[in-house]
Amino acid sequence: MKVLLVDDERELVSTLAERLSFRGIQADWAVSGEEALSLAEKNAYDVAVLDVKIPRISGLELKRRLHAKRPSMNFIFMTGHGSEDDYRNYSAETGEGSYLVKPVNIETLIKTMNTLLKENRGEP
Amino acid sequence: MSWNWELLGETGLQFFGKMSASISHEIKNVMAIINENAGLLEDLTVMAEKGLPIDPERLKTQASRIMKQIRRGDDILRGMNRFAHSVDDPLRQADLNDTLGLMAALSGRFASMRGVTLELEPSSAQVSMITNPFFLQNLIWLCLDFAMGCSGPGKTVALKAERMENGARIRFSKLQELATGNTGSFPEERVKALLQALNADLLMDREHGELHITFSSRAEG
Repeated sequence: MKVLLVDDERELVSTLAERLSFRGIQADWAVSGEEALSLAEKNAYDVAVLDVKIPRISGLELKRRLHAKRPSMNFIFMTGHGSEDDYRNYSAETGEGSYLVKPVNIETLIKTMNTLLKENRGEP
Repeated sequence: MSWNWELLGETGLQFFGKMSASISHEIKNVMAIINENAGLLEDLTVMAEKGLPIDPERLKTQASRIMKQIRRGDDILRGMNRFAHSVDDPLRQADLNDTLGLMAALSGRFASMRGVTLELEPSSAQVSMITNPFFLQNLIWLCLDFAMGCSGPGKTVALKAERMENGARIRFSKLQELATGNTGSFPEERVKALLQALNADLLMDREHGELHITFSSRAEG
């Protein structure tokens, strides 16, 4: 599995990438929408994990642009909202499904990524 | 002249909510970074248990990263505490330089999201006045929000408090887009209500790309 992590908090994504690498998952990271788009140009990622709020571009807009480049890419949003219920209200109009509330539990993140990939492959 | 309490109350509540939400998002980020750094320490420990030696320098780095985030969180919470206490007294001595510093800190994430840098210009003299601190912060925020939308190609908004002959002034400068851009409905009714409540005036200097809030009374040195 190849993962792209995007958040303007450099220390968050770089450390998370290292921890994922310990678990056999290759993860690149970006701190801006521009960096993320540039990385996606060169690499085919299975999953992108995006912060909902990134400077100068919303996470949803970034998702749209990444999806245009890599239609098979799966997406998970990380949010600083108080709870998943709060975020569900926020995302109701956008129809976004996969999201995790910060601070993210790494095992939950990996499980969510695996579930998305299985769904994408049509596995039960 | 009577104040529009309903509008002031509604505007104030919106402002309080917006700042509180932003602060909570920032604290969530701090916690998320501490979570990852602590998690990495745990990972390294598990690897050590399996026979992989830990580099002590690595442990030091991880510990200092956690300490850094704790200091960051403490700074955020101190700002939040000052902000929350600004509703304690309807009138209080307020230092405009301090208030601008607090508002710049509270607005940092909004500025960052818009790719704008906030530049606090040091004031040569202390500028203090008796005022309603919460209304003052609310007015500064609304003007700053507008100013960020008018910042020029460099995307910088400069803020400065100045003592005037008969009062004090807050100056927002480097707003290059003010000369050419459409300022929309600004200043809206809520800005006018706050200006009235603070006995202040607003001036848009389009030629120099500046916005001034002038306080005509109760300013002290």
